[in-house]
Amino acid sequence: MAAGMIKKTFLAPLGKDNPVFVQILGICSTLAVTNKLENTMVMTLGVMFTTALSSWTLSVMRKWIPSRIRMMVETMIIATYVIIVDIALKAFYPEMWKQLGPYVGLIITNCIVMGRIEAFALQNKPMLSLVDGLASGMGYAYVLLVIAFFRELLGTGTLWGYQILGSWWTNWSIMIMPPGGFFMLAIFIWIVREAVFKEGTK
Amino acid sequence: MNDILFPLAVFFAAVFTNNILLTNYLGMCSFLSVSKELETSAGLGIAVTFVMATTTAINWVVYHFLLVPFQLEYLRFIVFIIIIAAFVQLIEMVIERYSEGLYFALGIFLPLITVNCAILGASLFMVIREYSFMTSFFFGFGSGLGWLIAIMAMAGIRQRLRTAKIPAGLDGAGIALIIAGFMAMAFMGFNGMITIS
Repeated sequence: MAAGMIKKTFLAPLGKDNPVFVQILGICSTLAVTNKLENTMVMTLGVMFTTALSSWTLSVMRKWIPSRIRMMVETMIIATYVIIVDIALKAFYPEMWKQLGPYVGLIITNCIVMGRIEAFALQNKPMLSLVDGLASGMGYAYVLLVIAFFRELLGTGTLWGYQILGSWWTNWSIMIMPPGGFFMLAIFIWIVREAVFKEGTK
Repeated sequence: MNDILFPLAVFFAAVFTNNILLTNYLGMCSFLSVSKELETSAGLGIAVTFVMATTTAINWVVYHFLLVPFQLEYLRFIVFIIIIAAFVQLIEMVIERYSEGLYFALGIFLPLITVNCAILGASLFMVIREYSFMTSFFFGFGSGLGWLIAIMAMAGIRQRLRTAKIPAGLDGAGIALIIAGFMAMAFMGFNGMITIS
């Protein structure tokens, strides 16, 4: 397999095919935890793990899955990996597991995971699918980390729990409440579309 | 709070103060993609309400009478998603057989529902918050109704926006998210009316 192909597969989801900006997929389960940088990091790592490994598994199995029950098999495999994430988190980081609550389980219904399997893993070789899944997860992760960075900084004056802004800073409490997440994502999508994709000038 | 009032309090809280879409961001995918037409939004919203109320109740029974006695709680993700998928399939077959009108009105939305995060989310919340059976049913019903209200309001606003001039980069998902943000702010006005943990 050519190294160039792997590189291309890896870079596309980080840039012009980013799942969040281009397709607005999969923000459901993770946007809710973007009020803290640390929570977002843990959640997006879980998403990356799930997308990468379930893409790989489905790609290995792709020739043996009857297409009628394809969706069911996909859901099962995704759910298996999510259960692994859930159990690992509960065992090694119980406080975080409590804070994330139901959102870890909701990675199953995250459209990116199934979207990548349907669109990529079922037609490509296992290694390439692993790379594609990992890159899609990363493309998704950095968008949410940027949102979490601004939400936590503006909302509480802290980053990763450490005080960054001094006592002169007045917390924008709207940022850590639900509307803040919607506004931040909208502004971010706007900036990226205008600046990178030049949609305004076509 | 007593046994009769608590489920009702949870119901109203799920519709207004703890709206599953506007405070928990669940069901965003179909919310953003379907909310262009008022009628289709209403159809999807009704289907979601129905499936959410029933599957939350079914999942409660399965979780407490099957998974807990055998200490298989960690399997709940798989079990819940299978029940939801199977239930949706069943509903599709039943209405296809008995009511053609309803099938054409709701049928196309049913496959979309299986992957709607809000449905699975309601079941997972019900487990974490340790609701009783009645409370779970009213919670699922209220969450679905809250979702219906949110998507219909959004569709109404988006129909008006068709003639508006929107910056190109903001058109589509961007403006929908900003509207959702304002709606979330409006729904925050209900805070303090009812509080549930």
